[in-house]
Amino acid sequence: MPENCIYIARSSAIAARALAGEMMVMNSADSTFFTLNEVATAIFQAADGHTPLREIVRDKICEQFDVDPERAQADAEQFVAELSSHGILLVSNQPLAAEAP
Amino acid sequence: MVAARKVACVEIGGIPIALSTSDERFLDLLRQRYAGFLSSSRPEFELEFDLTTTGPVSDEDVRVGREGQAWVLERGDFQARWEPRTGRGSVRQNANPYSLDSVLRILHSLILAERGGFLLHAASAIGDGQAYLFSGVSGAGKTTMTRLAPPNITLLTDEISYLRPSAGGYSAFGTPFAGELARSGENCSAPVAALFFLEKGAENRIEELSSGEAVRRLMRNILFFAEDKRLVEQLFATACDFVARVPIRRLTFYPDARVWDLVRKFDRNFQRVLQHA
Repeated sequence: MPENCIYIARSSAIAARALAGEMMVMNSADSTFFTLNEVATAIFQAADGHTPLREIVRDKICEQFDVDPERAQADAEQFVAELSSHGILLVSNQPLAAEAP
Repeated sequence: MVAARKVACVEIGGIPIALSTSDERFLDLLRQRYAGFLSSSRPEFELEFDLTTTGPVSDEDVRVGREGQAWVLERGDFQARWEPRTGRGSVRQNANPYSLDSVLRILHSLILAERGGFLLHAASAIGDGQAYLFSGVSGAGKTTMTRLAPPNITLLTDEISYLRPSAGGYSAFGTPFAGELARSGENCSAPVAALFFLEKGAENRIEELSSGEAVRRLMRNILFFAEDKRLVEQLFATACDFVARVPIRRLTFYPDARVWDLVRKFDRNFQRVLQHA
């Protein structure tokens, strides 16, 4: 398995809504609430459990937002760690099955 | 021998609920407390009250959870059980009106959540046929705004606003749930013109809020007690819908009557902008 291969999936405990260009995400278990910026929204929407984070950053972030790949990867990992700590994203070094809603 | 039960039908937010008791004095208390909200409509729901010697009104957290199909509502001063499928429930409490208010508020919050509405920690009032909402933490100025209202403004509540979806937006209804003002709201409704989150300051001004900030503040001030993932997600969807349909602003105000000029002017200006757009 390649080093740094991270897979991410959206937790079934969350509700998300796009409103006026902003993505709002709430963990319905504890009502924690986040507003995602454009880059974070792209990562969140691509979190299907089987696309590696590095591939998401390459295809969805670097291509669309014209950012340095290493910087984008570091920012993405920080974002993933934060949402994971709030139970919004699931993280694994193996592909994840999507949680049933 | 079982004492005959007598019924008062109390209609808040257009939802008639029959409250029954075999205690004449408690029935009188019900009728006095909800005098402006008594109704002859056919009740949609029914609550049977049995008076007990439970504890005094409690500051402890209320617990609202499911037991099978039923909702169970508990606090030190009441225990209630309500079955949404049949629309019937029972309450054991002492004759304290504050316990009664709490049970009704929780019941309405559950009913509203299913219907795309909610109770909001906010004062509300009608002017020129439009409802204005003023929300914020305790001390932010909800009761102050209602005290400063001109005479031609109709008070809906100084504490708990009642909101339901209606054609093109949301409507606010009067409630008997009073705050510091200790005065029941009027039993009427109007389409919501705007929701203001209050802050006291040296001058009056209205500022935009991002959608994210508006949803965050709205969710923080919605009264909801049940630990239920599905309903919490429903409320989140409702809050997002409300933010999409109703102008939401931050209102910094100096507590004198001029703030109401600003509030009513905001609505007129907003309508002009919409027409122009």
